Amino acid sequence: MRRLVRALAILLGIVILGLVVFAVWAWRSAIDPITPPVATSFDPALVAKGEKLADAGYCLTCHTPPKGKPYAGGLPMVTAFGTIYSTNITPDPATGIGNWSLEAFTRALHEGVARDGSHLFPAFPYDHFTKVSDDDVKALYAFMMTRPAVAQTAPANTVPFPLDIRLLQAGWKLLYFKQGRYQPVPDRSAEWNRGAYLAEGLSHCSACHTPRNALGAEKQDAHLAGAAIDGWFAPALTAANTAPVPWSAGEVHDYLRNGGTAYHGVAAGPMSEVVHQGYALLDDADVNAVALYIASINGAADRKADVGQIVGDALARSRYDASQAGDHGAALYMSACAACHYNPTSGPQLARPELGLKSSISAADPTNLVQVILNGIGVKGGLPGAMMPAFGVGMTDDDVAAIAIYLRKSRTTLPPWTDVPGVVAKVRSGKTT
Amino acid sequence: MTTTFTLNGKPMSAEVPDDTPLLWVIRETANLTGTKFGCGIGMCGACTVHVEGRATRSCITPVNLVDGAAITTIEGLSADNSHPLQKAWVTCQVPQCGYCQSGQIMQAAAMLKDIPQPSDADIDGVMSGNLCRCMAYVRIRSAIKIAAVEMHGVAPPAAAASAPATPASTPEVAKHA
Repeated sequence: MRRLVRALAILLGIVILGLVVFAVWAWRSAIDPITPPVATSFDPALVAKGEKLADAGYCLTCHTPPKGKPYAGGLPMVTAFGTIYSTNITPDPATGIGNWSLEAFTRALHEGVARDGSHLFPAFPYDHFTKVSDDDVKALYAFMMTRPAVAQTAPANTVPFPLDIRLLQAGWKLLYFKQGRYQPVPDRSAEWNRGAYLAEGLSHCSACHTPRNALGAEKQDAHLAGAAIDGWFAPALTAANTAPVPWSAGEVHDYLRNGGTAYHGVAAGPMSEVVHQGYALLDDADVNAVALYIASINGAADRKADVGQIVGDALARSRYDASQAGDHGAALYMSACAACHYNPTSGPQLARPELGLKSSISAADPTNLVQVILNGIGVKGGLPGAMMPAFGVGMTDDDVAAIAIYLRKSRTTLPPWTDVPGVVAKVRSGKTT
Repeated sequence: MTTTFTLNGKPMSAEVPDDTPLLWVIRETANLTGTKFGCGIGMCGACTVHVEGRATRSCITPVNLVDGAAITTIEGLSADNSHPLQKAWVTCQVPQCGYCQSGQIMQAAAMLKDIPQPSDADIDGVMSGNLCRCMAYVRIRSAIKIAAVEMHGVAPPAAAASAPATPASTPEVAKHA
């Protein structure tokens, strides 16, 4: 008995010691608040550089809810661990980051720690921003500190106890966070390294395109392999991408620049914001660099694809023939979809998306296709100027499912999707997790 | 919520819920009744208008999707009913009851921008979503081909160039021109 008590006491001692060591290790001190710097104290050239970098990182997209004030926060992000609201990053001293020094701002981006020393949730992608160079952080700081200050506090997060204990976030970092600036790959070109720096750092592509584990960390062995996100599926950026035509650097560039290409899909859903809010201001050289990097990841150059043949096949598959008579999905397609999606024999037109070339039809599940059919694409999103109505207004779930099944069957040689009506019901309900 | 856009070149602001169909705003708020309500589920084409020059079914277009866009209805297709399709429509005496015609014309006008010289297959492919219960499809196809010829600068067939629009055949066009 005495021996058992002693053993328990030793165990308890070890646990307590462990907790103390963890707490000491995880503890981050507050960085002294500063008087908000005057906007004119920043070099305008640095502010301009910071604006482009902020766009490359989509700061606005997450830190502004629909119709909200820019950068004032409050956008709800629904995660498996509760809803997290983006914070106010305007220079308001009381509710924003007005009293954050450059040192505090840099620590937040590079280490995921707020000025007051609390650990940030990885909903803020500091695991990517840690790669951003000090010079670029300085420019971002100059840009953020010269925005109009907005006094606005974000709603409280609904992350349950004990996950809401900020100190525990240090444990997450211990498991999954690797701090450090981007290290150029020596045998790659400067342009490729620039693309990798942006894509893996500020632009945090893999935050959406890489599947996450049970604790919400990106699975390193499935980097950019495609993942479900916010009711959509972010397709693989690797060779696993299902689009029939290879994603060459030129195609990726045109997609990122214009929101779509004639041979590939349209940037819908969350990707629309990346293109039209984020990358819109980016220099073409940077978009080209990212495209070059993405094309190297997906191995486009190694694919011996006959684009003419692929496009010709897609057009041939799109034609209605008598064998489709009686197919409810085909009939619906001819009435509701063909007016915009039909292409003449001369080839697919940019604003007439040829569905056989879209990864939404060749993807493993119909989520993206169903999203677009049900909710449409606004005139400012996707391909600007070419909008799509919301067919969910008039069509039943069965109708939408019939069209999806028809497209999968007629446009591809892939196995049919399973439980398409279930996907339609789920997307319509808006329940994405 | 307020949605702003231009309607036939004029700035327009609608204080309606975001999911209000564009067709409602066009007919009820702007009082332009040339655009018709047909099926209400995007399956008949009667409500077709142009959003940024592209044919769109307005009955299933929530108005928030067109915020900031330029919208054109049949009333704005031309200032004086002089669009080659409108003239060809008269030449061919296309309509019977006329209910579908504004949608047909708007769809065909958009098609001729994308496909300037449509084959029969092209016309079938694009126009299949515009139903005509009077079965005027043969005349619709003829009118589209006449208009395509005129728009290419080739001399149109006799009588097409100066035929006036008559209120009897194009009531809504005449009313709102």
